[in-house]
Amino acid sequence: MAAQGTNLDRSRIEAEIISMLTGRVPGGVHVSAETQIVRGLGLDSVAILDFIMDLEDRFDISIPLDRVAEVQTIAELSGAVETLMRAPA
Amino acid sequence: MSLFAKFDEIRAGVESLLGRVRNPFDVRFDKVLSPTEALLGGRTVLLFGTNNYLGLTFDAACVEASMRALEEGGTGTTGSRIANGTYSDHALLERRIAEFYGKRSAMIFSTGYQANLGLISTLAGRGDHLLIDADSHASIYDASKLSTAEVIRFRHNDPEDLAHRLRRLKGRPGNRIIVTEGIFSMLGDTAPLREIAAIKREMGAWLIVDEAHSLGVLGETGRGLAQAAGVEGDVDFVVGTFSKSLGAVGGFAASDLPDFDLLRIVCRPYMFTASLPPAVIGSVTAALRRLSTDKSLAARVLANCRRLYDGLAQAGFKVGPEPNPIVAVKMPDRERAAIFWNRLIDEGVYVNLALPPATPGSLSLIRSSVSSAHTEVQIDRAVSIMSAVGRELGVIATR
Repeated sequence: MAAQGTNLDRSRIEAEIISMLTGRVPGGVHVSAETQIVRGLGLDSVAILDFIMDLEDRFDISIPLDRVAEVQTIAELSGAVETLMRAPA
Repeated sequence: MSLFAKFDEIRAGVESLLGRVRNPFDVRFDKVLSPTEALLGGRTVLLFGTNNYLGLTFDAACVEASMRALEEGGTGTTGSRIANGTYSDHALLERRIAEFYGKRSAMIFSTGYQANLGLISTLAGRGDHLLIDADSHASIYDASKLSTAEVIRFRHNDPEDLAHRLRRLKGRPGNRIIVTEGIFSMLGDTAPLREIAAIKREMGAWLIVDEAHSLGVLGETGRGLAQAAGVEGDVDFVVGTFSKSLGAVGGFAASDLPDFDLLRIVCRPYMFTASLPPAVIGSVTAALRRLSTDKSLAARVLANCRRLYDGLAQAGFKVGPEPNPIVAVKMPDRERAAIFWNRLIDEGVYVNLALPPATPGSLSLIRSSVSSAHTEVQIDRAVSIMSAVGRELGVIATR
């Protein structure tokens, strides 16, 4: 699904990411802005990268792998998405 | 904190398997007897996990060529080609590979891993966009890390998804470089190369195809999937390995592009490592000759993989999407995969255990590879043993 608009602010992006993760993470894992992506989601590295592809489609952006490596928490990922959405084509 | 604490999770994952099964990452053969049999723990096992697709590791002509090269050229080159020089046999093998592919040039690397690492990381520079299949081999991922390009994954074997991600880059400067594989190493499926080539043409991208598992197996003369799909003219760079169908070690890249040989002075994984020793060059040159002149090798491996694939499917196993020399069986979970793998060795069949995250879709796989050297009796025995163990562990239904 493509983005419903490009004016999403960071808090809405964050809420959307958390919503998308719910149901994908193992039972008992609570996802918040502070959740560590690699260690806190209970997903292996391939599953995380597959989720990033879903984020690219949801927000209609490209998230290069080096940007993924730079972010540690859901909040940081939300910030990266926001920045990429605002970047000129 | 220990320097190695960062690996605690990986260590725990392996240790959770040990005690109940052999260490899958430390299998030690007493002796390899042939392309299809080895001694393990004093017992003979059938080898169904070697990637020895054409069974050339003990081929008399390859062994003789290797020994002759060893005696004439010595045990090693003791350095890189840019520093220590190129042996005439390195150059000869590169010409042979270029001729085999009908390309202008070829470069050989010390491993197949380095061929991908070197070619991809060097070609994809800052400001470029590297689009890799999500199920790419680790060497392609590592090349992506080494590259300064922006790296985007596209959904496995999904040309529409690739096109979508390329369109998303519209208006941005930089080369677009697509990387895919002839046969994927875990499930044995082939890339939809005709469709990918069409997208490459439409979008003005470059295309790299890693034929590591398809060389010698697919295509009329064994050049791989691009030949089988009739799109060789669209492939800008072919990558391959000597460690599978050609029965040795090393890798190569081949291209028609006039500037290709510039890579020899800018591609660090080529420049700063020792070149392949004469014995390897000798056997690979002989193996390439065998592959080029003996079409029965490919015919046999394809017939053999069909026999294993069909046998396992008929037994009730969930197999990969296509019958290729890699035949993967999907296991219900990691634990049963490990126990299944271990029981197969007990019963005399060696295969590969492939676990997440090294597998697509977090699958736990029993990965077999088939050789033209396997006999029908060996394949039927492997199917029979796998079926018996599958029933014992509840992986397939009891009949």
